[in-house]
Amino acid sequence: MNTRQLLISLWTMVVKEVRRFLRIWPQTLVPPSITMTMYFIIFGNLIGSRVGEMHGISYMSYIVPGLIMMSVITNSYSNVASSFFSNKFQRSVEEMMVSPMPNWVILAGFVIGGAARGLGVGLIVTVVSLFFTHLDLHHPLLTLMVVIMTALLFSIGGFVNALLAKKFDDISIIPIFVLTPLTYLGGVFYSIDLLPEFWQNVTMINPILYMVNAFRYGILGISDIPVGGALVAIAIFIVAFWFLALWMLNRGKGIRS
Amino acid sequence: MAEPALSIRGLTKVYGNGFEALKGIDLDVAQGDFFALLGPNGAGKSTTLGIVCSLVQKTAGQVKILGIDIDQDFAKAKYALGVVPQEFNFSQFEKVEDIILTQAGYYGMPMKEARPRCERLLKDLGLWDKRNGAARMLSGGMKRRLMIARALIHRPRLLILDEPTAGVDIELRRSMWEYMRRINEEEGTSIILTTHYLEEAESLCRNIAIINRGEIIKNTSMRGLLTELDTETFLLDLAEPLETAPLVKGFEIERVDSHQLALSVRKGTDLNDAFQQLTEQGVRVLSMRNRANRLEELFVSMTSQPEAATGIDKQPETSPQAKETAS
Repeated sequence: MNTRQLLISLWTMVVKEVRRFLRIWPQTLVPPSITMTMYFIIFGNLIGSRVGEMHGISYMSYIVPGLIMMSVITNSYSNVASSFFSNKFQRSVEEMMVSPMPNWVILAGFVIGGAARGLGVGLIVTVVSLFFTHLDLHHPLLTLMVVIMTALLFSIGGFVNALLAKKFDDISIIPIFVLTPLTYLGGVFYSIDLLPEFWQNVTMINPILYMVNAFRYGILGISDIPVGGALVAIAIFIVAFWFLALWMLNRGKGIRS
Repeated sequence: MAEPALSIRGLTKVYGNGFEALKGIDLDVAQGDFFALLGPNGAGKSTTLGIVCSLVQKTAGQVKILGIDIDQDFAKAKYALGVVPQEFNFSQFEKVEDIILTQAGYYGMPMKEARPRCERLLKDLGLWDKRNGAARMLSGGMKRRLMIARALIHRPRLLILDEPTAGVDIELRRSMWEYMRRINEEEGTSIILTTHYLEEAESLCRNIAIINRGEIIKNTSMRGLLTELDTETFLLDLAEPLETAPLVKGFEIERVDSHQLALSVRKGTDLNDAFQQLTEQGVRVLSMRNRANRLEELFVSMTSQPEAATGIDKQPETSPQAKETAS
């Protein structure tokens, strides 16, 4: 395929993916917005008013970046996992496989589509948060970079999950048993300074801690960890997962007999 | 000489569980041909076609589509290929038009070129009125036509139809035959057809291969194959009931029921002779028809025999090129 044809095929993939999550917006866009509104009301308003400040910032403002990041992570991941697995299940993945589209375009199409949903939900949650608190964006470029990189990383993760999945249960195991605990324990609701030293050290191996804190630094200007290292770590994970997913796709893992 | 639309040499497939689905088959389909690939369930048809269109990974062998080796440049080969699979394999929730336009996009086709082509295909296949509806709302026959439209959107030179009329009513099946004939004859699209309706293969295809237990057991022209049929059996509907079968010299005759006889006629035998003998015995025949499709009789006889005892000429048509490749 020449460059123009590659761009057309990539655009087609992205449009298809975006169209899918927009078509089922009551399942993809509304529930995360409602869930996050509940978090703002209960943790931010009701409980937060008793917690007081954290690092000199109101508890409501403190949890906003973490909750936005949580939405981005779970939505990017689950969008690609469920979309690609549905394509496998309905065999419409064969439409792509019989076409001359290279595998990296297929992967990129799903990943961009997943990131688009993650970022879209993240934007909705940000808008909702503005009804509860005021946000000063300290480092806009860094904020944007972290959220986009995180969305891409978890989209690729969702793709790997869907490639390996044999039944619908297999695409919900990782989000429920891995992503949710790691996100909750990744400093969304608290600063790791509050933890005993042992648990602080344990928390440091949680990759989501770095993303949440880098994002919080971009918005609020405060972080529990060095932000530079977090960015490098996310970038390394993106590259590693990208090549893993592409290698699996080239081998036909989970899609070719 | 033009490259074959499809050339297969020594194609082998062994699945992970050790099952050998293809045992080194050779096959050529000429450009412009309407070719039938027949075989019982599990014979290796879908595995063969799956390898050709990249849905199945081959174990060994060579596949060329219009002279392009799929191991060398599969992307280029795929431009020449259109596939209508056996199972519905589109998103049931997408709109009919979107399914076809998305497929065009996968081939890098610009929208301004894809839209009119899509409109033409949907109109030709009677789906234009359904273009804005979700694919899941279509009937079975419409879904099959949708897959044909999708396979043709990028103007493939080789079209693979894997049981395209399965579950389609007779009237619709015949209109689909007409359409397939048209794209083969008018547009020169080479077509490979697998079907369980042997009447369909006999009516449409000029050449045929029969695959059984992972081996090509016959590869010849349809006409040539049908001439191999030694005996045809006709069912005769009688005006009056008969208690026993009449004796008809030179023919095998069997009483099916009181109003029907089965008359077996060897190739080259004068049928008038049988009717004359029946008339002399006062047997009045109201109508007659073939007991089974002629191709069906051959197919059953070929594929039902034990592997070792078939005695059927196995691939005499194998070309010298195939031997070179195999060595």
